[in-house]
Amino acid sequence: MTAALIIGAIVAAACVAVVALPFLREPKAADDVLDAPGEREQRRLAGAEERDRALAALKELEFDHRTGKVSDDDYRAQVGALRRRVADAVRALDPPERTEPKVPARG
Amino acid sequence: MPDLGRAALVTAFGLLLYATVVGALAAWKRRRRLAASAQNALIAALVASAVASAVLLTALARHDFSFQYVADHTSRELPLRYALTAFWGGQEGSLLLWLLVLCGYGAAAVLTTRRVSRDLLAWTVPVLGFVGSFFAFMLVFVSSPFVTQRAPADGAGLTPSLQNPYMAIHPPMLYLGYVGLTIPFAFGMGALLSRRTDERWIVATRRWTLAAWTFLGVGQLLGAHWAYVEIGWGGYYAWDPVENAALMPWLAATAFLHSVMIQEKRGMLRVWNMVLVALAFCLSIFGTFLTRSGVIQSIHSFAQSPLGGWFLGFICVVTAGTTVLIVARLPLLRARTKLESLVSREATFLYNNLLLVALCLTILWGVVYPLLSELVRGQTSTVSKPYYNFFLHSFGLPLLLLMGIGPLVAWRRASLRTLGRTFLWPLVAAIVAGAALLAAGAGSSRIGVIAYTFCIFVLSSIALEFVRGTRARKALGDESWPHAFSSLVARNRRRYGGYVVHASVVFLAIGIAGSSAYQTVREQRLGVGQSMTVAGRQLVFRGFEQRRTPNHRAIRAVVDVYDGGAHRIARMYPGKNQYFAEQEVSNEVAIRHDLLDGSDLFLIADQVNSDGSIDLKALEKPLVNLIWLAGFVFVGGSLIALWPDAREERRLAERYAGAMARA
Repeated sequence: MTAALIIGAIVAAACVAVVALPFLREPKAADDVLDAPGEREQRRLAGAEERDRALAALKELEFDHRTGKVSDDDYRAQVGALRRRVADAVRALDPPERTEPKVPARG
Repeated sequence: MPDLGRAALVTAFGLLLYATVVGALAAWKRRRRLAASAQNALIAALVASAVASAVLLTALARHDFSFQYVADHTSRELPLRYALTAFWGGQEGSLLLWLLVLCGYGAAAVLTTRRVSRDLLAWTVPVLGFVGSFFAFMLVFVSSPFVTQRAPADGAGLTPSLQNPYMAIHPPMLYLGYVGLTIPFAFGMGALLSRRTDERWIVATRRWTLAAWTFLGVGQLLGAHWAYVEIGWGGYYAWDPVENAALMPWLAATAFLHSVMIQEKRGMLRVWNMVLVALAFCLSIFGTFLTRSGVIQSIHSFAQSPLGGWFLGFICVVTAGTTVLIVARLPLLRARTKLESLVSREATFLYNNLLLVALCLTILWGVVYPLLSELVRGQTSTVSKPYYNFFLHSFGLPLLLLMGIGPLVAWRRASLRTLGRTFLWPLVAAIVAGAALLAAGAGSSRIGVIAYTFCIFVLSSIALEFVRGTRARKALGDESWPHAFSSLVARNRRRYGGYVVHASVVFLAIGIAGSSAYQTVREQRLGVGQSMTVAGRQLVFRGFEQRRTPNHRAIRAVVDVYDGGAHRIARMYPGKNQYFAEQEVSNEVAIRHDLLDGSDLFLIADQVNSDGSIDLKALEKPLVNLIWLAGFVFVGGSLIALWPDAREERRLAERYAGAMARA
């Protein structure tokens, strides 16, 4: 009975300690806000998923063509659009650096 | 000891409630430390439920009959291995196992995903906590395994059918499957609650879903084998409501595993996937409800209890909550692309989904109809085998065919000319096999011939897919055939692991068709020295043998098996066991496996008569062993699909790099 009580008390104390751990580690957190992707990050995430989908579709087409599931004609009809989709997705994800207007040097 | 168990359960309940309430508050108010604390509560609940489980196991091992649960499910003479497996032999222990497995899954999911998707996890934890709280509540307030009493001299013992080695593995496997489906459900709901409907919830739960689905599949096969060797009616699946209860979530999860690939590849079926993940989870709870409530009479009715109302209420709350949430988030779940052609790989996935869900729902209707009938008309009615067989044939055979068609069709769209070329060899193989089967006299069962023809078609298409894929990889570089093959599989484990799983389903179909459509059954009363014939084998009854063990008396008929002539090929011992503590008699069948043709000779001692004769039932079941072989192939395919892919991991890490939270 005593042993059971001691084990029970240790388990309960350990559980409380584990639950309280984030507050024990950082009693006064400077930043206690839960991280979440902002609007820009969410757009990037959606762009990355679209890029991966487009790349996967292109790879599937290549593979289906090599294994004979897609004829040469069908392959030619589809590959151009898929390549453009990949290029668009990559471009949307990594837009070219905006060129800053040149400031004329003063002599 | 019981106080420690009770205290551990109350602690687990408190922790899970904390994870629910504080976790939801943290996610709503976006408090980082509070969210981490709720996650830790989920992990701590695993420790508390493990302590409660350890207390119950210790009591079972010690035959401590002051625990009512131990007295109700074990006896002094029950061997230790069965005393320990009695942990899940009754409802209270089963609920504790549910809780333990759920906390284990929850803790593992938190630990593996907390660095990747903190915002998503913040809403997932309260969902997991909510489900866990329900089970902990049941254990603390409704059905505790730690109720004590004045210890009786001996316990009531364990139901004889549960005194079988499969008892050690079948229920835990099923529970790993049932409970595992909570993880994708919780992440799906977490995604909806947090409005993060990108693909992170799918990526985070991909392996959990596959693992749970594998456990559920293996659990059902083990249950089928258990029924085959232990229950003693000569079959392995009886469309029992509780068996159906495990099949339904598995079918829903199978549909989800397929359609989720379409979401990943095409961004389609996003609402459908949420519906499927919720359906699979609700059906897993419904399965537990059926097993534990005793509302339907079945071979599993040893588990009757008054838990039904609680479970039904929980299912209603979950269904209503999930429906409201999905409807509220519909604008976020709009598909970005549309199906390009009805003749494409995507379309075959869609057809497969429709058939799987249709089969699942017809089985559900068969299970609930007797309940509704009694409720509405006050009459008890049953839904029997012909109903289920009709729908199994109607939906199962097209599903089988689709497994062969799918791999041969290109993604996006396929032209008829190319289809003709890719389908040629599998079609030729199937037609030749069908003709050969008819010539060999297999036409006695139309369904059997159709199933076998489809099976050959599927196996040919899978083999062709491996050959064409390997050839394509070999053509890319200077690789040997084995290297090209292994690199083909390694680069797309899910696809080729899936094909291996499809092959296992084909073996299963061959085994089921062979053992049901072409089996031979003979029944006869035999005196000592008399014989009967089944499938060309002569069975001679030689008399009875008896022996006594600590907890039962065994009586066995000695039956010699002759292969046509005078050559004895086996001696078999079908009989019965009489259990003392349980005061029950069980059938103990004798099975002779023929590994060359995959058939079994199955003997049942239907009746042991007082005049020394026996009513012997003999079954010859062709190809039945392919069903069990299918289990091994199924596990192999699942492992291939589950095996981590370093390239894929790197790609996903790069994709979600920005969304990763602070360590």
